[in-house]
Amino acid sequence: MENALLYAVTLLTLAGIYAALTLGLNLQWGLTGLMNFGALGFVAVGAYTSALLTATPAPGAAHLVGPGWPWWAAWPLAAVAGALLALPIGAISLRLRADYLAIATIGIAEIVRLFVRNEDWLTGGPLGVSGIPRPFEGLGQPWGPVAYLLLVAAVVALLYAMAEATAKSPFGRTLRAIRDDEEAAKAVGRNPASFRLQAFVLGAACMGLAGAMLAHFFKFMGPDALDPITATFLVWVMLIAGGSGNNRGAILGAVAIWAIWAATDWIAGQLPGELATRAAYLRLFLIGLALNLILLYRPQGLIGERLPGAR
Amino acid sequence: MTHGLALEVEGLVKRFGGLTALDGVSFAVPEGSITGLIGPNGAGKSTAFATIAGFHKADGGRVRLRGRDITGAAPWALHAAGLARTFQIPRLFGRLSVAENLMVGAPPQPGEKLPAPWFARGRVAREEAALRARAMAVLERLNLARHADAPATALSGGQKKLVELGRALMSGATVILLDEPAAGVNRTLLREIAATIARLNAEDGITFLLIEHDLDLVAELCQPVHCMAEGRVIASGTMAEVRADPTVAEAYLGMAIEAT
Repeated sequence: MENALLYAVTLLTLAGIYAALTLGLNLQWGLTGLMNFGALGFVAVGAYTSALLTATPAPGAAHLVGPGWPWWAAWPLAAVAGALLALPIGAISLRLRADYLAIATIGIAEIVRLFVRNEDWLTGGPLGVSGIPRPFEGLGQPWGPVAYLLLVAAVVALLYAMAEATAKSPFGRTLRAIRDDEEAAKAVGRNPASFRLQAFVLGAACMGLAGAMLAHFFKFMGPDALDPITATFLVWVMLIAGGSGNNRGAILGAVAIWAIWAATDWIAGQLPGELATRAAYLRLFLIGLALNLILLYRPQGLIGERLPGAR
Repeated sequence: MTHGLALEVEGLVKRFGGLTALDGVSFAVPEGSITGLIGPNGAGKSTAFATIAGFHKADGGRVRLRGRDITGAAPWALHAAGLARTFQIPRLFGRLSVAENLMVGAPPQPGEKLPAPWFARGRVAREEAALRARAMAVLERLNLARHADAPATALSGGQKKLVELGRALMSGATVILLDEPAAGVNRTLLREIAATIARLNAEDGITFLLIEHDLDLVAELCQPVHCMAEGRVIASGTMAEVRADPTVAEAYLGMAIEAT
């Protein structure tokens, strides 16, 4: 019984962290039409920022020893770190055609990955950063994990409120206008590059915060804790499945796809050795297939963007 | 009415690689006029528009708005200075409603600056209500109020042209560049568009520069008229004068322009 509860809490906590990520991607892609294929980079920067600021390092740890701050002081800085990484990338590539951002973000994510793997003095290299405190750990089982889930849920609720206020505001309307027709947006006196940069940075801040929540949930952050399949690809699947352009769709997509992802992981784990390895690849194939089916038969996702006339 | 010049174009040059689209274009748009820009396809009319409005960088020449040099200014700077444009093929924001399309056309709103949408929601909501009322008033004038909440994509081609005009009006522009307002528009709507342009010119004192292939419409609305061919202005004057000019007839592939 308690195991089932802990499993559900873990599942929902990770789904919540993914929801924060997907809300960030929705600000970029759903609202503004920015193709960010490097969510991993922003997640990693947020995760390591918070990890290094809070961790009580094990003796002999290679990474930079931080000030040992409490989580609540570090998390906002993780969001700022995500934003700071986005700023120069956006400033350079958002003036160019839309697809350049996609290329630039793929590149940045890879650079960040290689950086954290190789710069031992800062990140501990392959050994990573351990001793990251998880908030409410002191409450014991099962209340500690439950309290952490509630914290993640509160952060997601805050991000949702911010994303909704953004989308429904005149600022959000201008972003949608730029997404729909850049030339026309210029003709009505808006500078697309400036608005895009703001949306890109804002989304990256959400991703940095999601990274921090992930690091404090794992209590460890290393180069293998993040891979592009889950940190980038799966987030896109979540947003498209849930409904890009709709914040509720982003959250629903994150929870639904994460539930499927986790369930298939469990099923694969029940299979005998050889098959289990193959099942891991089959899982990836199935997610890809699901994405194609959604794009073919329900391109707007589960709950798509609210369009005029559909009230 | 003043008799100054709203817009002066002087020796404008635009090259695309080896192609010279504008080869020293010069013409003037008198204040308070509806000026016509005609010429065969490929004459460079739309390129001239795009270059004047800051969408292309000029390779030479000058553009002045009410005497002020605006050559090379960004489109958004020109919009703020009171110069708006429409497109040959209407470019509306497809996933926005008709009213929202107009609301984006207004000068930048305080609610578009972060963090106002998060922390000053009451103020932003009040500004939005006022802006929406203004958009509705413009739609009312354009006889489109009943489509306010429809998606922009649901409109006919001619109605889209009117929405583009409405979007330009929302900016408070005093000089509006219209690219083929009558192309592909049915007869009834054409009369409505022509009447609207004339009314906005007479009542609101808005200066128009319009590109148009419907020469009857140009004859009806425009004075003066400039004719372009191969990247240059080859004739200027009243429509009758331009029509009578032999170089103009030659430019239209040697064919005589149909008499009205």
